[in-house]
Amino acid sequence: MSRYYSKDHEWLEIEGNVGTIGITDYAQHQLGDITYIEMPEVGSEIKQFSIFCTIESVKAASDVYAPVSGKIKEVNEALENTPEIINKSPEGEGWIVKVEVANVSEFDSLMDKSSYENYVKGLD
Amino acid sequence: MENLKSTPLEAEHIRLKAKMAPFGGWNMPIQYESIIEEHMQCRKSIALFDTCHMGEFFFTGDLEKTNIERAFSFKVGTIKVGKCRYGLILNEKGGMVDDCIIYRLGENELMMVVNAGTKDNDFNVIKSVLKGDFVFEDKSEATSKLDVQGPLSRDLLRKYFGSAVDELKYFSFVNANLMGQDVMLSRTGYTGELGFEIYMPSKICVEVWNELLKDERIKPAGLGARDLLRLEMGYPLYGSDLDEETTPLEADLSYFVHLDKDFVGKDVLMKQVENGLEKIRVGFVCDGRRAPRHGYRIFADGEDIGYVTSGGFSPSLGKGIGMGYVKTKYSSENSTLELSQDKVKIKAVVEKTPFYKDGSLRK
Repeated sequence: MSRYYSKDHEWLEIEGNVGTIGITDYAQHQLGDITYIEMPEVGSEIKQFSIFCTIESVKAASDVYAPVSGKIKEVNEALENTPEIINKSPEGEGWIVKVEVANVSEFDSLMDKSSYENYVKGLD
Repeated sequence: MENLKSTPLEAEHIRLKAKMAPFGGWNMPIQYESIIEEHMQCRKSIALFDTCHMGEFFFTGDLEKTNIERAFSFKVGTIKVGKCRYGLILNEKGGMVDDCIIYRLGENELMMVVNAGTKDNDFNVIKSVLKGDFVFEDKSEATSKLDVQGPLSRDLLRKYFGSAVDELKYFSFVNANLMGQDVMLSRTGYTGELGFEIYMPSKICVEVWNELLKDERIKPAGLGARDLLRLEMGYPLYGSDLDEETTPLEADLSYFVHLDKDFVGKDVLMKQVENGLEKIRVGFVCDGRRAPRHGYRIFADGEDIGYVTSGGFSPSLGKGIGMGYVKTKYSSENSTLELSQDKVKIKAVVEKTPFYKDGSLRK
């Protein structure tokens, strides 16, 4: 199992050919209280670094970019009525979708945990 | 970027790690930890708001001889000493220059509380109608205001003001002493909860803020929570829901317009009464958690019939809520609307405000 991070503050956890996607703790903190999430449909295709869902917080609506291309296998249905799970556990229970990863070479454009942490430090 | 003004509490907000943002030309706390938690804090216990950015004008003079009634949509002369009243300042076109609260301090003495972003213009507009002998001063710098809002606010403030807090009725005020200084305690607010506003000399503001926060029942809340609280009550916000291009009748504020007196812009309102309104402000509740924002268009029967002026997620209802202006024929309760911007489409139904009906406001 390995976890990757994008510059847009999404994380991707790989197990076999399935990738779980969510937003990072940094991202949830920037968004504030999350009130609604517009999910992609199961079976739809998402493309690396393109918008795949929208998260609304008390403050604003924000687009979420796919860290990897693939086909949506599953969405986290608990987020429909309790999207605040993302605030509480962004990198655990607050995962957003699972995808069948199309192209493993895309991981090369992502960061590992320590590079991402350094990247975030540079933003503050 | 313009130079932002700071309230006396700016350093306190920064120490509390508030997220700060510009509002009405001021650097204000939007949230401390969580907007929704601060909102619930106000609904369940007590929230403390820094509202020092708002403007306070003081007037002394004979109300009739100075012509001051002309500056306001509502009767000033019938406000009893010790009471206050909400209403509008209008331009010649009947558009809203600002909304405000007038306090009757004495037979010939008034305090006017206005919004931060419009303050200087308000002062000039009011002054332009005045005649004869009067003193009219902007004392916003020297005057600070803290809002103590929530069902337990009376219990907390009894410690400082004694039985005065129990005697004070809604939209009434009393002169009092706090930390050795003269202050004014007013039973008003913008949250829908039992609450008080304390007007005080700016020099004691930081001390009062920190003193009040010693009690564990009260926590600071930012403008983010304040916006959700007022939205749940259907209270309009000047600059978002009210502006110079819109009349108070269109804003559904006719209760605060006294057409049996003379005031600037009245002739335009009289024509609207005669001819009927083309648009009117309504509140709506969305069918899910998604909320529209200022600027979304409103559709009904496939036709563009208006625009959203405020919207947000209501923590009390668990749904998106908002307000906006629609063609009059779509303003009746239960009219179905579609709120739309780009790809986003949200279904909503017109509902009477307040959306939140369990507030402790009058308790």
